[in-house]
Amino acid sequence: MAHIPEGVLSAPVLSAGALITTALLTVALRRLDDVALPRAAVLASALFVASLISVPLGPTSVHLLLNGLMGLLLGWTAVPAIVVALALQAAFFGFGGPLVLGVNALNLALPALMCAGGVRLVRPYLRPAHWPIVGFSAGVLGVMLTGVLVAATLAASGEPFRPAAQVLLLTYPPLALVEGLITATIIGFLQRVAPDMLALGQMRHD
Amino acid sequence: MTTTVPTPPATPLPPLRGADWLLAHDPRLRLLAAGLFALVVVSLNQLSSSGAALALALGLTVAARLDARALARRLLALTGFLLIMLLTLPFTTPGTSWFTLGSLSASTAGRDLALLILCKATAVMLTLTILVGTLDPLAFAQALGRLGVPHRLTQLLLLTIRQIHLIDAESIRLRQALRARAFVPRTDWQTWRTYGWLIGMLLVRSFARAERLLEAMRCRGFRGRFYRLDTPTWRTADSLAALGWLLLLGGLLWFDQHADVQALGAML
Repeated sequence: MAHIPEGVLSAPVLSAGALITTALLTVALRRLDDVALPRAAVLASALFVASLISVPLGPTSVHLLLNGLMGLLLGWTAVPAIVVALALQAAFFGFGGPLVLGVNALNLALPALMCAGGVRLVRPYLRPAHWPIVGFSAGVLGVMLTGVLVAATLAASGEPFRPAAQVLLLTYPPLALVEGLITATIIGFLQRVAPDMLALGQMRHD
Repeated sequence: MTTTVPTPPATPLPPLRGADWLLAHDPRLRLLAAGLFALVVVSLNQLSSSGAALALALGLTVAARLDARALARRLLALTGFLLIMLLTLPFTTPGTSWFTLGSLSASTAGRDLALLILCKATAVMLTLTILVGTLDPLAFAQALGRLGVPHRLTQLLLLTIRQIHLIDAESIRLRQALRARAFVPRTDWQTWRTYGWLIGMLLVRSFARAERLLEAMRCRGFRGRFYRLDTPTWRTADSLAALGWLLLLGGLLWFDQHADVQALGAML
């Protein structure tokens, strides 16, 4: 439930979300050159398709957010990739809407950027055995930070929304655990099969 | 753009089939109409005017003759979030008491706020689905580009839409292979590890696909721009529809300003 529907958030929250997302998008698009474009599109699509897979979790099933992984693999490009995915989901799946797109994108993109920045900091000290731990942390952090941001945007829209925000926050930890484990496996797999891919998100930073 | 584009049967982004009168309108008009409707509906303050907006959206749904099952699936996407709202808001909003449940007291103000959100969210989702969800995804991207979305973002959107189809086909193939080996997803480590490998494999294959895509684009002399293949024609009917839509939205805003709260109370 990372997509807030239209009509819930207050006008200041909506405009702030749209403004910050536009700013991040402008920076990210400036870094995206002709050569990086197809790679960004293909990885964005792969992550979009992967988030369609429903993973059973007890009596229900969940969809992965994969924004932590996006941050690791795409770096800044995760921002336009997330905006594109959310625009498609709003138009063709009925998740979210045109005005909350900014807030919804920010709630996913900010954690992705934090994962990208985090791995950049620890990268010089990483040994190959550490990568799955990085993947696990990115998966857990991506989901939990998104949960906190969704709850915060909801709580910022008015006092009566606070309990709903707390209830919502409780739904995130199980997903975070599953996403952490799956992201750790993905990173471990990529490390063995295509180690170049793990260096991708970094290139746009240097 | 008035002709419907045939799409392959199994796609992860299925455009809904809409009535002919809807498909005849310019994609740009449909995007603008949906965006403007969202803007007006979100700014409404009264339950009565939000209800009227929902009625308008429902009327449009009937007129657009959408597939009921696909529409129900979209409505289901809303339920989780709205259910939390409906269950908590009456108890957390201060105001005159509606009913009490043990030590909890529900307020009428909270009930009205919850209903307001329900009406708004459903109305916007329905109009978005009708006006934009019936577009071919590629036409959607082209129309966004013509409405001033930065061309780099439009290119990413166009390429992503195309690649989603291809990678989804890949994903279906890989999952078929898993099923052929008697894989049944459960809540266990084995399932999560398998899905991790599945997604990893999708990423590796899409990485190779990106190299081929880049080469194909270079072969065709890509330098920052694609040729636009759509030739949208804004016709008189589009202008008339835009005028009618603006009048309806203006009516909604007027109703919101002048709605009689007392009369509404009597109605409920």
